[in-house]
Amino acid sequence: LMTRGHASPAVADSNVYLSEAILDICRGLAVFFLILFLCMHVLNSRCVYGNVLCEEPSMNTFKLCAQPPNTILVLLVLGLSFATRFYKLAEPPHICWDETHFGKMGSYYINRTFFFDVHPPLGKILIGLAGYMTGYDGTFPFVKPGDKYGHHNYWGMRGFCAALGSSLPVFAYFIVLELSHSNSAALIAAALLIFDTGSITISQYILLDPILMFFIMGAVLSMVKFNQQKPFCASWWLWLLLTGVNLSGAIGVKFVGLFVILLVGLNTAGDLWALLGDLQLSLVDVAKHLLARVTGLILLPLLLYVTVFAVHFAVLNKSGPGDGFFSSAFQSRLIGNNLHNASMPKYLAYGSTITVKNLRIAGGYLHSHWHLYPEGVGAKQQQVTAYLHKDYNNLTTRNLHSHLQEAPMTRKHFQVTGYGINGSGDSNDLWRLEVCGGRRGDPVKVLRSKVRLLHVATGCVLYSSGKTLPKGWEQVEVTCSPYLKETPNSQWNIEDHINPKLPNISLSVLKPHFLEILLESHIVMIRGNSGLKPKDSEINSRPWHWPINYQGLRFSGVNETEYRVYLLGNPVTWWLNLACLGLYAVMVAVASIHCWVLMRGGGQLVLGWLLHYAPFYTMGRILYYHHYFPAMLFSSMLTGLTLDTLLHSADLFLSPPRADWLLRLGQVALLFSVLYSFYIFHPLSYGMRGPLAHEPGSAMAGLKWMDSWEF
Amino acid sequence: MLGLSSLKFPPVVKTEINLVLVLVTVLGFWTRLRNLSYPRAVVFDEVYYGQFVSLYMKRVFFVDESGPPLGHMILAFGAYLGGFDGNFPWNRIGAEYPSSMSVWGLRLLPAVCGALCVPLAYLLQLELGSSHYAALGASLLILMENSLIVQSRFMLLESVLIFFQLLSFFSYWRFYNASNSCSRYLWLIVAASSCAGAVGVKYVGVFTYLLLLGIASVHTWQLIGQRAVSHVMFVECGCRVVCLVVLPVLLYVFCFYVHLTVLRHSGPHDQLMSSAFQASLEGGLSRITRGQPLEVAYGSQVTLRSSASQTIPCWLHSHKANYPIRYEDGRGSSHQQQVTCYPFKDVNNWWIIKDPGRQELVVNTPPRPVRHGDVIQLLHGMTSRFLNSHDVAAPMSPHAQEVSGYIDFNVSMVMQNLWRVDISNREAESEVWKTIVSDVRLVHVNTSAALKLSGGTLPEWGFGQLEVVADRVSRAHHSSLVWNVEEHRYGTSHEQKEREVELHSPTHIDVHPNISFLSKFIELQRKMLTVKQEESEHKYSSCPLEWISMTTNIVYWLHHSTNAQIHLIGNLVSWGMANLSLAAYQLLALWYLLRRRRAIRDITEASWCQFQRVGVVCVGGWLVNFLPFFLMENTLFLYHYLPAYTFLLQLLPAVLEHAHTHLLSGKSQHRAGCVSAFAGLCSVYLCYKSFSPLTYGSPELSANQLQALRWQPSWDILYRRP
Repeated sequence: LMTRGHASPAVADSNVYLSEAILDICRGLAVFFLILFLCMHVLNSRCVYGNVLCEEPSMNTFKLCAQPPNTILVLLVLGLSFATRFYKLAEPPHICWDETHFGKMGSYYINRTFFFDVHPPLGKILIGLAGYMTGYDGTFPFVKPGDKYGHHNYWGMRGFCAALGSSLPVFAYFIVLELSHSNSAALIAAALLIFDTGSITISQYILLDPILMFFIMGAVLSMVKFNQQKPFCASWWLWLLLTGVNLSGAIGVKFVGLFVILLVGLNTAGDLWALLGDLQLSLVDVAKHLLARVTGLILLPLLLYVTVFAVHFAVLNKSGPGDGFFSSAFQSRLIGNNLHNASMPKYLAYGSTITVKNLRIAGGYLHSHWHLYPEGVGAKQQQVTAYLHKDYNNLTTRNLHSHLQEAPMTRKHFQVTGYGINGSGDSNDLWRLEVCGGRRGDPVKVLRSKVRLLHVATGCVLYSSGKTLPKGWEQVEVTCSPYLKETPNSQWNIEDHINPKLPNISLSVLKPHFLEILLESHIVMIRGNSGLKPKDSEINSRPWHWPINYQGLRFSGVNETEYRVYLLGNPVTWWLNLACLGLYAVMVAVASIHCWVLMRGGGQLVLGWLLHYAPFYTMGRILYYHHYFPAMLFSSMLTGLTLDTLLHSADLFLSPPRADWLLRLGQVALLFSVLYSFYIFHPLSYGMRGPLAHEPGSAMAGLKWMDSWEF
Repeated sequence: MLGLSSLKFPPVVKTEINLVLVLVTVLGFWTRLRNLSYPRAVVFDEVYYGQFVSLYMKRVFFVDESGPPLGHMILAFGAYLGGFDGNFPWNRIGAEYPSSMSVWGLRLLPAVCGALCVPLAYLLQLELGSSHYAALGASLLILMENSLIVQSRFMLLESVLIFFQLLSFFSYWRFYNASNSCSRYLWLIVAASSCAGAVGVKYVGVFTYLLLLGIASVHTWQLIGQRAVSHVMFVECGCRVVCLVVLPVLLYVFCFYVHLTVLRHSGPHDQLMSSAFQASLEGGLSRITRGQPLEVAYGSQVTLRSSASQTIPCWLHSHKANYPIRYEDGRGSSHQQQVTCYPFKDVNNWWIIKDPGRQELVVNTPPRPVRHGDVIQLLHGMTSRFLNSHDVAAPMSPHAQEVSGYIDFNVSMVMQNLWRVDISNREAESEVWKTIVSDVRLVHVNTSAALKLSGGTLPEWGFGQLEVVADRVSRAHHSSLVWNVEEHRYGTSHEQKEREVELHSPTHIDVHPNISFLSKFIELQRKMLTVKQEESEHKYSSCPLEWISMTTNIVYWLHHSTNAQIHLIGNLVSWGMANLSLAAYQLLALWYLLRRRRAIRDITEASWCQFQRVGVVCVGGWLVNFLPFFLMENTLFLYHYLPAYTFLLQLLPAVLEHAHTHLLSGKSQHRAGCVSAFAGLCSVYLCYKSFSPLTYGSPELSANQLQALRWQPSWDILYRRP
C-alpha cells in the first residue's frame, strides 16, 4: 500500500505531462493537415478535367459526375482517425515487439553510432529525428520487449508514427474519391480503415510500417491525382513530383516499396501507351510526356534515395555494432574503429605481420590458438578457425597448412591446420596468393585488395564456411574448398599490417568513396535479407494466412497478469475485404465491361493489392503477418468502391424509391457492423488485462472466433 | 464425318512421305543411338537415377523429392526391357557396369526421346506457320546440338522432358490449325497427355503446361467471342476444358497410382512417411505392427511417435538422467528426469497408459478403451516415472514449459501429471484412441499446455536428443503438437521386473490399418514437395545467368586411364546465334508494336499474327523454362537450361525466315541472306564436329587437342599429363 501511495503522484504527473505533450503534437499535426488539405482543395478547383466523364454517358451505366470532396466528411475522417490512433498512445509504457529494433536504431542516429539493418535508412532516420525533436536523448538502451521506458520520452516517436498512420484513412478517402467520384464509396473505405484494429495497432508503435504505408498511400494518391490533371499545368507537375518524392520515400523505408514503384510504373506505362496511340498528339509531344515522367518518376526518386543514404552515412560517423558487417575499408571511415586514422604500410611485403578478414557478411578474422583438433577430426594438429573478434595475441608461430583430410563440419572440404614452427614445415604449407580481378605480380594493397589463398599442393582455396564449431568460443570453421568459385566466403582482405621496414601511410587515402560504400551497403542489405531464412522448427506465418486473418502477432504480453496488445485485423473488416475481392471478380465478369469505375478504378486497386501480396509467395525469407498491411489498404479501398457500386446498382432491378431505401439500409448496416465490431474488438489495440479469451471471466470471452487467435 | 457414300471399293491408301522429314529422323536416331552402350561405366547422374531404377526392379518403396515418379518409371521400364535385375551398387561415377548388364536397355528410352525431338522440331515449326526451309533449319539445329545429344545418350531425364514439351506444343497447334472435325480432338488429347507427361517427369514441366493452358484459354475466349451462343460452342468449350484440365490431372494421379502399386515393399525412406503409410508397405513396420490391438486401452503399452513434419522421425523417450541443476546460461531447472524425443527405436520409448483413478497397470478384460477427452497418466515403462510438466522454463526453449519424468525431491514441487487426450482427427466426440490412425494432442490438465516437439536439440547432457516441451495450445493444428501410437500392446504383467521383460520382447498382435490410395497419394505428394533438399555445393554447379553464355561445362565422365571424356558442352555457335535471334526478335517486336500504335502497318496482319505466334511459343517457352530457376534455391546445373534452350533454338530459323521475307528486298539481298544462313549452318556443323569427341567420348584426344577445344577460359577440360 505504501509503495502504491508513493507511486501515484509520479504516475499522475507523468501522465499529465504526456497528455499535454500529445495534445501539443495533435494540434500541430491538425494544423499541418488542415493546410495540406486546403492546398489540395485549392489545386483541385483549378485545372481539373475529370468532369469530362459526365459528357460521356455511354461509358458508364451509373451517374458519374465528379463529386468534390465534402469538407465536413474530410474533417470527420481526419478527426476520427487521429482520435483512434492517438487514444492510449502512451500505453503500454514499455517496449512492444519490434520497437526494440527500430527504437534502438532511432537512438543510434541520435548518438551517431554506426549500425547495420536489412532495411534502407529513411524510416529509422525519421524515427530518430522525431525522437530528437521531442526531446528524446537517445540514452534508452531498448534491450528487449517488455522493458519499461521510465522517464524517457518515447511518446514523440510513437506520436510521429501514429500521425503518419492517421493519415492513411484520409489518403484512402481521397484516392477512392478520385477513382469512383463517389463520396459514399470514399467514406466506406475510410471507415473500414479507421475502425480496423490492426491498422490502429500497427500505427501506434515505433515501427517502420506506418511510415512505409504513409509513403505508399501518398504515392498512390499523387498518382491518381496526377492522372486527373491537364498535362503540363502547374498542378500536373506538382502531383508528378509528389509521386516521385513518395516513391523514393517508400523504397527508402523498406525494399517492399518496390511494389508501389511497380504499380506506378505499370500505370505510367499504360498511360504512355495510351498517349502513343492518340494520333492527334505529335511524336514530339509524346516524347515530352515521356521525358517529364522519366524526370519525375525515375531521376528524382533516385536522387532522393541516394541523398537519404548520404545523410545516413554522414550522420553515422562513429564506430558501433554494425562495423563487423562491413569490409575493413568501410570501417576505416568510422570514428572509434581501430582502423580510423590508422597508418600502416600500403602494400604487403614478405615478413609482414597481418590480420586477415573474411569477406562474408560478419566474416571473422583468420585465427589459431593452442588447441589441437580432437581425435577423429582429420589430423590431430593445431586448430585454425575464424574468430569474430579481433585478438592480437594469436602469434602461435605455426604455418597455415592444409592436406587431404576432411574438414570438421563441411565434409567435402579439406581440413586447415597450423603445422610446423617458425616457418619450417613441409610442402603442404605453401599457399599461392591471388588478387581477385588482378594479374600475376600485382602488389597486394591493404584493406582494398580482395585476395584468395590457393593451396599449392591440393589446388583448393581457403574458405570460411560460416558454420560454428561445436566446442568453440564463437569460433567459425575454416576449411580449404576444392570448389574454386569466387564467393565472398573464399575471399579475404588484409586488415592490420605491421612491417617496420616499410613506410606507413595514413589509411585515409584508402577510404572508399560514396558510391562504393553505397554499393557495399546494398550488397550487405540484400545478403542480410536473404539470410533471414525461416528455421525449420519455428512456426511461420504463410501468405495464405493473411487475408483470412488467420493469426495475429503478439505485440505485448502473454500471460493473464500482463498488459496485452495483439495485432489482429478487425475480423469483420478483413472478411468483408476478402468477400469483396470475390464480389469484385463476379461483378466484373457479369456486368461491367461498360462500368468505368469498376474497370479502371477497381482495376488499379486490384493491381495494387496483387503487387503488394502475390510476391510474398515467392519469397524465401521469413514472413510475418504485418507484411500484409499495405495490401490490406488496397483491399479496403477496393471494398469501398465495390460495395458502393453494388449498392448504387440497386436501381437496376428496383423502382426508384425502393432502390434508394435499399441503398440507405445497406449503408447503415455496413456502418453499424463496422462500428459494432470495432466496439467489441477494440481491446485488441487498446490493451487487455485479466484472463485470456478462452477462459471464463475474460473481457474477450466468446470473441476467439478462430482457434488460431492468441489473445 | 465419314458418310457411307464416301466409302469406295476397293479401299485405296495414298500416302505422301516427306523424305526430308524421314532423313532428319534417321539422322536423329543415328546421332543419339550410335554406340549407345559406350562408355560401359556410370556416367554422372546415372549414379543418382540408377538407385531408383534398382529400387523399382526390387519393388522397394522410396521417396525422391527431386521430381514426380513418371521419369523414374520410364527409366525403370527401359531397364526392365533390358533385363536389368536391380543388382548394381550405384556408388560412384565411373564405376564399370558388369558385362552381364544391358547398358543399352538402360539408356535406350531417353535416347529415343532425344532422337524424336528432331522430327518434332520440324513439325512444330511447320505448325507455327514457317516454311519447310525454316523447319529443316530448326530440326538441324536440334540435331547438331552437342549438349542435347549428351543429355539424351545417358540415363537422364531432360530429353524425356523436352520430348514431352515439344510434343505437347506441336499437337496443340495441330489441333488448333486442323479443320473443324472431330478427329482433331485426338490431337488435343495427345497434347494434354504429353503435358501430364512433362509434369510427371519434372515439376518444371508445370510452367510449360501453364503456358499451353494460357494459349488455349485465349483461343477459347476468341471462340466464345466469335460465335453466337449455341450448343456446339458449349460442347466445344467443355471438351477443351475436360481434355486440357481434367485429363492431365487424372493422368498425373494415375502415374502415382502405378508408382504406389509397383513399389509395395518397405525400404530406406519408410521413416519419412506416417505410421499408417508405413504399415501399408510389406515388411518394415507392417511386420511389427501386424496384429497390434487397434484400440488403446488403460494399461496399454505404447510408443508415441511425433508427427512433426521433419525429416527424421522420433519417439517420446525418457531415460535415467536428470536435467542439470543449472544450464549454461544460468537458468535453473527442476532437476527431474529428462524427457526427450529419440530418433531411434529403443526400449526406453515405451510408455504405459494409466487411469488416474486406479492403481493397476494391466489391461482389464474386457479392455476399457481410452476416448477423446479422457484424462490419463503416462508412466515410463523402464523407469516408472510419470510424464510431468510444470511452470519451469524448458532447457532450450525458455518460453515453453519443461516436461519431465516426475521425481519427488521434497521441495514443494507438486506432481502435475494429468494429461487430457485430444484426438484432432476424430469423427465423433467420444472417439476411441486408435493405434496409428489417431492424431493425438496430449494437453496438460493443470496448465492446458500441450506436449510438443520444440525442434531444438539438447546439448551433451541430453545426449543430443531432441527437446520435448509443453507449450500453449495456440496454433490449432500444428504438426509438432501431434503424436500417434505406433507400437502398441496390452500390458499383462503386474510386477515391474516382468514388465521390463515384456517391454523388451517384440510386439506381435493383430490389426491391419487400411489406408486408401488417395490419402497415400496426398501424403506422398506433400512429403515430396516439403522435404527440403540438402543444399550442397558442387564443383560444376552454376547459376542461371551463366547459362546464357554457357560459362560452365560439366564433366560427365572421364576414362580411368586415358584422355577419353564426355562433357556437357553445347554447340557454342548455335548457342550464340540463338541468343542473337532472341535479341533480334525482341527489338523487332518492340519496333512493330510502337509503329502499329502509331497506325503504321509494316507487315500484313497475317504475318503479324504468325510473328506473334512464334514469339508466344518460342520466347514464351524459353521464359517459362528459364525464369523459375531464379527463384529456386537448390543446386543448379547447366542441364537445367536445356528445355528453355530448345525453345530458343526454335526461334532462330523463324526469325531468319521473317527477316528474309519482310526485311530483305531485292534479289541480291535475298541471295546474301540465303548464303549467310547456309554459312551459319556450316559453322554449326563444324562446331558440332569438333566437339563430338567430347560428346561421344571417342575418339580419345591428345592433351594439345583438348587444350585447343577450351574455347572459353572458364571451361574445365581435363587431361592427363603425359
